[in-house]
Amino acid sequence: MNENNILEIKNLSVIYKTDLETVNAVNGIDISIKKKSTFGLVGETGAGKTTTARSIIRLLPAVGHVTGGSIEFEGQDLLTLPAEDMREYRGDKIAMVFQDPMTSLNPVMSVGDQIAETVKIHNPHLSKDEIDKRVEDTLSMVGILPSRKVEYPHQFSGGMKQRVIIAIALACEPGLLIADEPTTALDVTIQAQVLMMIKDLRDRLGTSMLMITHDLGIVAKICDDVGVMYAGEIVESGTVEDIFEGKNHHPYTEGLFGSIPNLKSKAKRLNAIPGLMPDPTNLPKGCVFAERCKYATDICREQHPGVVASGTHTLRCHLFDENGNRKEKKNEQ
Amino acid sequence: MYRYIIKRILFLIPTILGVIFIILLVLNFTPGNPGRSILGVSAPQEAVDQLNQELGYNDPLMVKYVHYLKNLVVNHSFGTSYFTRQPVANEVLPRFWVTLKLSIIGIIISTLVGVPLGMLTAVKQYTAWDYIPSVLAFLLAAIPAFVLGMVLLFVFSLKLNILPSYGLNTWQCYIMPSLCMAIPITAFNIRFTKSSMLESIREDYIDTARAKGAKESTVIWKHALKNALLPVITNIGLNMGGLIMGAVVAERLFSVAGIGALIVDRIAYKDEPVIIAGTIVISITFTIIMLIVDIIYAFIDPRIRAKYTRIKG
Amino acid sequence: MSENVTAARPSAQEPVKFKKQNQAKEIWRRFRKNRGSMVGLFMLILILLAIIFANVIVKYSAATTQNLSIKLAGPSSEHWFGTDSYGRDLFARVLYGGRTSISIAVLATISSCIVGSTLGAIAGYFGGKVDNLIMRALDIFMSVPDILFTMAVVFALGANFVNLLIALTLAYFTNYVRLVRSQILSLSDLEYIEAAKAGGASSARIILSHIFPNAMGVIIVNTTLNVAKIILYESTLSFLGLGMPPPQPEWGQILAEAREYMRSAPHMLLFPALAIILTACAVNLIGDGMRDAMDPHLKS
Repeated sequence: MNENNILEIKNLSVIYKTDLETVNAVNGIDISIKKKSTFGLVGETGAGKTTTARSIIRLLPAVGHVTGGSIEFEGQDLLTLPAEDMREYRGDKIAMVFQDPMTSLNPVMSVGDQIAETVKIHNPHLSKDEIDKRVEDTLSMVGILPSRKVEYPHQFSGGMKQRVIIAIALACEPGLLIADEPTTALDVTIQAQVLMMIKDLRDRLGTSMLMITHDLGIVAKICDDVGVMYAGEIVESGTVEDIFEGKNHHPYTEGLFGSIPNLKSKAKRLNAIPGLMPDPTNLPKGCVFAERCKYATDICREQHPGVVASGTHTLRCHLFDENGNRKEKKNEQ
Repeated sequence: MYRYIIKRILFLIPTILGVIFIILLVLNFTPGNPGRSILGVSAPQEAVDQLNQELGYNDPLMVKYVHYLKNLVVNHSFGTSYFTRQPVANEVLPRFWVTLKLSIIGIIISTLVGVPLGMLTAVKQYTAWDYIPSVLAFLLAAIPAFVLGMVLLFVFSLKLNILPSYGLNTWQCYIMPSLCMAIPITAFNIRFTKSSMLESIREDYIDTARAKGAKESTVIWKHALKNALLPVITNIGLNMGGLIMGAVVAERLFSVAGIGALIVDRIAYKDEPVIIAGTIVISITFTIIMLIVDIIYAFIDPRIRAKYTRIKG
Repeated sequence: MSENVTAARPSAQEPVKFKKQNQAKEIWRRFRKNRGSMVGLFMLILILLAIIFANVIVKYSAATTQNLSIKLAGPSSEHWFGTDSYGRDLFARVLYGGRTSISIAVLATISSCIVGSTLGAIAGYFGGKVDNLIMRALDIFMSVPDILFTMAVVFALGANFVNLLIALTLAYFTNYVRLVRSQILSLSDLEYIEAAKAGGASSARIILSHIFPNAMGVIIVNTTLNVAKIILYESTLSFLGLGMPPPQPEWGQILAEAREYMRSAPHMLLFPALAIILTACAVNLIGDGMRDAMDPHLKS
């Protein structure tokens, strides 16, 4: 494992298996997160982002199984750890913030107790006073009055609840924070606040972050590296400059950027990418995006594309050669 | 918080007024009269009419109502039975005490057995610890209380001869009637607690707890359980109705001199004072138990507690 | 620039519209997979067939003809369930008793559902004083233990089919008031209701086309389970002497007669009890199955 990386996911595959069907949620992805940096995992709903996140902390539902690959955190393959040991990582070295703040807090416990719980689990030797101080410090850190630690979740607004959840996640100063669409469920005005707070805390504590989102604006603001995920695969990845600038992009990424509404244009309709993601129980044998891709050729439908790289920029697409350059100039208007 | 309690207790008053009215109203339309029932089929009509007059049975509904209330408030008396001419209180209160004893045993058994078993089946789902109690609870929920009682009688009294079949003079006498009352409710508690627990485990905050690195046992017994118990507690109050039905049936089957049996018997005689008194006493107890349950609930659920106490900030 | 060679452009897929039909089919499919529910359904169909075609299997007169010379006989080839204390064929009595018990239970469930749901809908939707009034009145009404109330009502009106129906409806409608009211209260908040209101939909339309379909699932499950409860309740009433007057057979009443003869003729206890238990089990299996089918969670 590269010393500069805090997390390395290699060739991870995850399925959900019920007695009816098998869902191929994640198919052979690679992600590397550098220390003290933020990796944005972008994609639409159902692409497999949350599954990836849950696989890292090993909180998949009972029907979820990792079928291949490795997830190395600071040199340790998390997938091979016994359950007891994995528990010690959770909350302490790797923390996760889930999507819906309204339901992620236990309604019958005070917020102070919920933060204290994290601290207690991983620092059993601390005295009550020390834990209390920790709780209060954490609350101030996220911009909540420490005296509110005795209050209950229902007494907080949505944005405040999310701050509490972030407080819980950061209470033990984890090395990696996984944030699964932390601002999606919030009002737009609050979103910006919470995002700024996350960014600020990350800088102060030096936490690495895996930020899952479908919002390219968030990616631009706070991520250093990006992975674009589609139908369980990473179709393009690189630094934020690689993805936002430059000319070579996966057609899906093009579509994502193209679908951002432009305030200045006079267009009557939004540009959507036509079609839907393929059925994860029945993935096509060629490229997963071929059906919706306007550049698709026969080889795209027949053969699953491998990954090509140009420096930090990787692409999984038949349109590009081994150096990451466009193969033929047959496309584009 | 105290305002809430006082408000609820005060609500007892319109409840009692309403109950008395409803009963008098319904009995008004019931055929038969006490005079005829007491004197018999062959008695002359004048004698019957005279008796009814004496008892005050022929008075119009509202007169009876007001008269009854006055008696209750001013004289602290439940009146006199049409049937036995005894003060109602002497008949009703000791029998009420009997039913109360059986009911309390019933509540204790059904809660202490039903709720933990329900939790067990939820936590150990799809194992034998789940299947056996669940199937048992399922079957028992399909058996009406009186059938259960008759089966108990058959097995333990008739065939095995180890439990007495009537009366309440020894402690063994309490076993079958209480079981008869408790078992259907226990079955319900098992199933309901199980589903409440399963729902609780599926909530998002359980994910958060796991993501903190909490032990699975903590997640279940601390996080899921507290939330799962809330609707279960509410249900204990609502089970009272079934408990009383069980009491009526059990008292009939096991010849226990309880208040359920008393009221049932006196309906035929249209013994209004007794029926009213008995029903009031049951209703008040019912209401008090539900009030206690609601208060316990309010203490446990901070969301409800907040509604009735000053919130700071 | 011309576009690259593409195959015939795939037509934009229509997002799958989950029409009511599809949803119902999906629910039925899940129901079918559940073995317990199918067993219950099978049992219930058998029971219903036996009861509906009772007069083909055995004549009604067998249920009422007394023949004291063969009273209290055990099961035999002539009398499959034996005879009761008056020499009447127990099998016939149980079969015809089933007609009474089940038909009353089903009808009472439906009527209590309609009465209770309407009241609950009114309380939930209009809120405020109306809601307050209804719920307070309900609280007082529920303070009278239902069995005493039912008994008084049956006694007052006389024991026949319609009156029993009324009494049972009165006993069970309160179930639905709370249920429907809370459904409406929680569903009303959802945004699509606001959207409907913003679109100018009238109150009635909102209730009927938006709220009810979603509350329907809960109502149906509860109704099914209530059928079983009412079967038990009704047989308890007839056990206490408040059911249909003799000689019309009814399960509870047969059991009441059986009480005296338990020692000498336990078959009188066994068969009607089994009838009640099996029917209630069948209905409960179906009700539970419906509940699981409407709200599935992944099983590994």
